[in-house]
Amino acid sequence: MTQVTLNVNGSAHALELEPDMPLLYALRNHLGLNGAKYGCGLGQCGACTVIVDDKPVFSCVTPCAGLEGKKVRTVESLGSAERPGPLQKAFIDKQAAQCGYCIAGMLMRAQSLLESNPHPDEQTIREHMAGNLCRCGTHLRIIEAISLVAGQNGSAT
Amino acid sequence: MTMEKKVDHSRRAFLRGGALLVAFTLVPAARRAWADTEVDTLGTVVLAPDLPGSLRTNPYLDAWIRVGPEGITVYTGKVELGTGVKTALLQIAAERLEVSPTAINLLTADTALTPNEGYTAGSHSIFDSGTALFNAAAQVRELLLQSAGRSWEVAPPLLTTQEGVIHGPAGQRMSYADAVKNVDLHLYAKSESPAMPATGFKLIGHSLQRLDIPAKVSGGPAFVQDIRLPGMLHARVIRPPRPGCTLEAFDAESIKTLAGVVQVIRDGNYLAVVARDEWQAIKAMRSGYESARWSGGQAIPESRDIHTLLERLPSRRYPISHEGTPQVATDKSYRARVTKQYLMHGSIGPSCAVAWFKDGTLTVWTHTQGVYPLRAGIAEMLRLPPDRVRCIHTEGSGCYGHNGADDAAADAALIAMRIPGTPVRVQWMREQENLWEPYSSAMVTEVQANLDAQGRLQDWNYELWTTPHNERIVNAGRLLPARLLARPFISAPSVPIAQPEGDGDRNAVPLYTLASTRINMNFVTEMPFRTSAMRSLGAHINIFAIEACIDELAARAGSDPVALRLAHLADPRARAVVERVRDAIGWSQKSSEPGAGIGFAFARYKNIMGYCAIAVRLRVHPQTGEVQVDHVVTAVDVGQIVNPDGLRNQVEGGIVQSTSWTLYEKVAYDAGGIRSYDWSGYPILRFSQVPKKVDVHLLDQPGQPFLGAAEIVQGPMAAALGNAVANATGRRWLNLPLTRSEQPS
Repeated sequence: MTQVTLNVNGSAHALELEPDMPLLYALRNHLGLNGAKYGCGLGQCGACTVIVDDKPVFSCVTPCAGLEGKKVRTVESLGSAERPGPLQKAFIDKQAAQCGYCIAGMLMRAQSLLESNPHPDEQTIREHMAGNLCRCGTHLRIIEAISLVAGQNGSAT
Repeated sequence: MTMEKKVDHSRRAFLRGGALLVAFTLVPAARRAWADTEVDTLGTVVLAPDLPGSLRTNPYLDAWIRVGPEGITVYTGKVELGTGVKTALLQIAAERLEVSPTAINLLTADTALTPNEGYTAGSHSIFDSGTALFNAAAQVRELLLQSAGRSWEVAPPLLTTQEGVIHGPAGQRMSYADAVKNVDLHLYAKSESPAMPATGFKLIGHSLQRLDIPAKVSGGPAFVQDIRLPGMLHARVIRPPRPGCTLEAFDAESIKTLAGVVQVIRDGNYLAVVARDEWQAIKAMRSGYESARWSGGQAIPESRDIHTLLERLPSRRYPISHEGTPQVATDKSYRARVTKQYLMHGSIGPSCAVAWFKDGTLTVWTHTQGVYPLRAGIAEMLRLPPDRVRCIHTEGSGCYGHNGADDAAADAALIAMRIPGTPVRVQWMREQENLWEPYSSAMVTEVQANLDAQGRLQDWNYELWTTPHNERIVNAGRLLPARLLARPFISAPSVPIAQPEGDGDRNAVPLYTLASTRINMNFVTEMPFRTSAMRSLGAHINIFAIEACIDELAARAGSDPVALRLAHLADPRARAVVERVRDAIGWSQKSSEPGAGIGFAFARYKNIMGYCAIAVRLRVHPQTGEVQVDHVVTAVDVGQIVNPDGLRNQVEGGIVQSTSWTLYEKVAYDAGGIRSYDWSGYPILRFSQVPKKVDVHLLDQPGQPFLGAAEIVQGPMAAALGNAVANATGRRWLNLPLTRSEQPS
């Protein structure tokens, strides 16, 4: 066990962890956050996607020990069920979920895109999102939800 | 001593009577389209055959609806699998109770609370549970009106209700909660319910937003994976390299010394580790995989040989349709052999369950599709009376059929019994889901048909080979962990789902008018791989094969393939979806780009449920054979629509998922083992391969019965892709998946 300080959603947490523990398990089991999901443990499906500093990462293959001094954000940082953030609201408005297991990871990958490129076109969205798998076939609605926010960003600038 | 000798044959099939009888003796009443289904595989008992929907098996009104000071509670034995059905059922109940949806607490499958509606499967939830609630809710409201009317000495037709309050003509008011005090809802439902014109619906037919999505986009506790109970331990299982292996050596002692490990379980060939922390459990599991030594195991065939193997293995031949006598054949005939490889459900979240043995009762939180059959299987496995086991459905990742959910629940149950008083969470790893979930069967079909001198379809010969599509939990032996124990259980004999619902033969009978048919299913009982239900069962390949044959016969006759379909469709609702798609896509114009093609397909799911026509425009890359789907147009008729946006979401999802199955998916294996242990070995469609544009046309049928929607697209989409590829390339690709199989030259 090692003490690791994780900065998650703006708060610092000093945790006693095995240093090789992937971030996913620290988020879910030590911080009680449900957003990041276990899908493959191999960085192949994106259900566990979170943002570290400004990049989307697979939390299932990111050891905690390397995250000192970095800022981790999960889907919980975007808003709540009662007060959803713009991207969450777009997913609700477009009803962009079926089972919803992949959705928190989709939101975080999309969020990272919108932060670096507020006006992505559809092709850019498709390419950027290709790292995340959805099995229900909700892709078209996910693209629509992201495009909706991209359009709102456009009107704001 | 061999494993076979240790098997207790008295436990082969606790539901033998139920399963077999239900599968074969309930003659479907076409008038209402209630049919014998995979839903009934659990041995639900029909108590009231004249009642609508699941009231047949659960006729008491208070099994569905209770009213009290705490409000209105509505119960359904169906579960949310990600299709939005919970929201749709709420809409139906609220509509007929004439209250706001927020006034209802809706509870889904829980063996302690809800009716036994068997499995949530087969596009049956709205058809069964929706129909039951549609009637039960209206009858309960009527009883409440009568109660108020008696109190006030006013005839019920003079009363109105608003938001759960009954209003009398002289300004009287009585809440439902007060009115129910003089009503006994423990009463059989009646076969007729108060009428409500579809034009009066305020909720049914409207797009209520789904109840579950806000939590899912914000990290709320939404899934069984998110359950955290006080003192909960984390478990992992260690599986053999393949079915049938015997454990020769295992170093449990050294695993017990690892950090956090609480228990190491060995029972025959069954292995599991339990630790305080999830990561510690994973490390202990990995250590267990390293130390376990196995021998033996089932032979695994070579992938390239599987279809000839299926035709040779022991099977039972079922006649499916033998009608008419063929007339003299013309030269306009077509013959083809169509194949499909094993498919995975491929849930994004591997199976998970939480179990807690406390005060003599085992509670299991599970994403099973059928809490009651699972309870019976677990109780048998643990030698507990069923009333000491409670299974509570909690959502998991989308399953699309029988995946690892039940087996993971059995794992949690076995492990929790070893640690009384402590809740245990079991999470399967990705490779465990991929290697041990029941697959969708590989299949072979042979079609041969011709046109008579008048251009009519005739002499339709169709033969298919399949392993079972419905290995649901009818005994403990259907649960994988139970097969690994020192005293193993064995699976009940395989039984196909009867027509018209069908099994591997689902949709093997075309809806088209055929002068004569010879359709047979060869039900292969020896399974090279364990197979069970996956969305649409055999309909995927059967509709693909039928629609390919129709297109080929049209080409030989020089006819338009859509016109040929219409010439053989008598049902006006079938014709309507075909005509809508034909007109909406501008049939048969296609792009002038190289490799462009257009294809059409139609089916009515199981020939008794939802209607679906689809047209696809695509391009096939001339060198690589890669397929880009540019435009999909579909029209569906599922009877009275409950939630149009929910229906649209299901249809869009089905189009994307069927595209993935049809173009890309197959389990990779050879004699050395299964190779598809992760997503690199089982690639599914990614964003870059999603159809560019999908248009969904909903043909509502106000006031007509609910027909179910979730599976109706799988077959027609596959067939439209196949026909479009043939149109694009001039070659008929007959082996699925289309872009990753060798094709006839």
